[in-house]
Amino acid sequence: MEKISGARSLMIALEKEGVEIAFGLPGGANLPIYDELYKSNIRHVLVRHEQSASHMADGFGRVSRRPGVCFATSGPGATNIVTGIATAQADSAPMVAITGQVPSKMIGRDAFQESDIIGITNPIVKYAFQPMSPNEVPEVVKKAFYIASTGRPGPVLIDIPKDVQQNEAEVHFPSEVKIRGYHPWVDPDVIQIERATDMLLSAERPIILAGGGVIISSAFAELQSIAELLMIPVVTTFKGKGSFPENHPLSLGPIGMHGHAEANKMMTEADCVLACGSRFSDRSVGTFEEFERNLKIIHMDVDPAEIGKNQTTNVAVVGDVKTSLRIMVKMLIQKAIKRNGENAWAKRVKETKDYYRENLKIHPHPLAASKVLKKLREVLPAQSIVTTEVGQHQMWASLFFDVIHPGTFFSSTGLGTMGWGFPAAIGAKAAKPDVPVLDIAGEGSFNMTENSLAVSVLEDLPVIVFLLNNFTLGMVAQWQRTFYDRRMIGVDLKNCPDYVKVAEAYGAQGIRATTLDEIGKAVQTAIKSNVATVIDIPIDPQEDVLPFVAPGTSLKDMILPS
Amino acid sequence: MWSIISVLVENKPGVLFKITNLFRSRNYNIDSISVGITENPEVSRMTITTEADEKQLSQIIKQLDKLIDTLEVKLLDEKKSVYRELVMMKLKVSKPTDIKEITDLANAFKCDVHDVRKSSIIIEITATPDRVSALVDLVKGYGILEMARTGICALARGGYENEG
Repeated sequence: MEKISGARSLMIALEKEGVEIAFGLPGGANLPIYDELYKSNIRHVLVRHEQSASHMADGFGRVSRRPGVCFATSGPGATNIVTGIATAQADSAPMVAITGQVPSKMIGRDAFQESDIIGITNPIVKYAFQPMSPNEVPEVVKKAFYIASTGRPGPVLIDIPKDVQQNEAEVHFPSEVKIRGYHPWVDPDVIQIERATDMLLSAERPIILAGGGVIISSAFAELQSIAELLMIPVVTTFKGKGSFPENHPLSLGPIGMHGHAEANKMMTEADCVLACGSRFSDRSVGTFEEFERNLKIIHMDVDPAEIGKNQTTNVAVVGDVKTSLRIMVKMLIQKAIKRNGENAWAKRVKETKDYYRENLKIHPHPLAASKVLKKLREVLPAQSIVTTEVGQHQMWASLFFDVIHPGTFFSSTGLGTMGWGFPAAIGAKAAKPDVPVLDIAGEGSFNMTENSLAVSVLEDLPVIVFLLNNFTLGMVAQWQRTFYDRRMIGVDLKNCPDYVKVAEAYGAQGIRATTLDEIGKAVQTAIKSNVATVIDIPIDPQEDVLPFVAPGTSLKDMILPS
Repeated sequence: MWSIISVLVENKPGVLFKITNLFRSRNYNIDSISVGITENPEVSRMTITTEADEKQLSQIIKQLDKLIDTLEVKLLDEKKSVYRELVMMKLKVSKPTDIKEITDLANAFKCDVHDVRKSSIIIEITATPDRVSALVDLVKGYGILEMARTGICALARGGYENEG
């Protein structure tokens, strides 16, 4: 058998996993890997900061539903991707991050650019490997992809000492791997699903809560079938936004801290919830004790540790959400259960939805967030992929931007990582080059990774940055206005920089749009020209995101616009 | 509620760190932990005792189970398992009669006596935590100079291996 280096076997193993693109930045401790990348068919996308490489891999992974790959060198290269790994872990996104490490004999000697990245990332990875000889590499890669993409997906780290990259060995590429302590999927218990179905059928005021698990498992059709067969209204978590078409008559939109008023209201009035692939985050449910009061909870999740973690469950169904929902649909069809939705609850839901949609006050500004985002929805094709940054614009997107095609909306919902949306959009574009990809952004977040403009331009991965610019760290400003008696500190960004010029400096297209009409045209121009575009939209810094469920309170304490 | 959790894990570097870091990061409490390899050199057994309410305990077990390097996680029923701790105490000897008294106590508790000196004596007990506490209470009047405990080590009783 021919001897090959660890770096070479890494590249062969990645190709065998079907990897076609990787995001990264080289350095001393991963140069052997880059030298093999040079010879391979894998496309390398050079980033300007490793954090963006990890977010690009994350965005790629969420859209393609295959692990996105990123490379970083040892030490600071590795620590720069920590935020990206934590973001992927919080949102269950499949990712394989590959770092160089100082040579094995130097580990533990505080070598130049040495960091204990295995130790640092321990609580935020699904698993981490550090192969200590070249012949371990193929199996490690196979296991990494298997772990990252199965069960509840997540990030896996492979940290390879430089000598392991360089040394040669006879290597064997396994066609499959077994990990005895890892059981990513269990078959859902049919009896539990039967109990869940009965509970749902006997409820007077049932509701469906769809979480991110519906998107990850692509259970859109199954979810819609159940909702339509039983005429049950659907709310989502923020991460589950877009798991159910938001223009559907049964859709009430996301619940939570900045959920839709009708969604929060109906959630508090329901007597039974079918929660699919949701972890009952505090941002979604408010106080745990209040949420479960007078509520029967049916919880379907692939991760058994989520059952009972935040809420007490009446019926638990552990397993893939798509499989579980499909079994439930079959049961309903076999029992010939179809409801027409003519009952007091359905009437109450419709009245509430109509009331809030007609009567909620809109911020009195020509470029109120609701108007701007509704305009965006009008002009952006429904199959486009949308990401967001983190802050007010993100919550406005949740409130005012309807997702029509399931699984086209992605956001850093768990960790809330500012700077995620733009690089993630670039990763999404790499996964789906044929559809427009747009990042609903705020300038505070965009600042954090705006140097990815170079990547978007030079790598021909054009995305649109739809920048709701209020010259402020808006969400923090809102909390200072609301909870700190308007003592504003550390939030004023003073209209710096000029984002049109920033875009142009990178060779991208910069458009300032100051009316709804200009906004519509700018988006159309960006889509048509298919070049990286920043649309700078000056909005009112005083606008708050409302409704608002203050932290530590419950959904029924929702503050409405007044 | 004081509980004993028995965990079979892959015997490889970093696994103990993952277990203890899980307790730290999720704000659980480790009362004691003992680790050693089993009849299969690829597998180690960790015995963890913890103070937790029922809900927390269920989470601890699920989160431990979720770790890829854990092979089996069991909550041991005190009545259906054998559990012991090895404790050594170095006691102060203030007057010659102390040695006789301590040795008598040690015999009553089936302790081994080691390293008898003019000013100190080491006693070793392997027992349940209750008996250890009882002994500690009785000898602390002499002055405990140093103490070392292994933490609980436990196995399910025959016929109860598949419970928990």
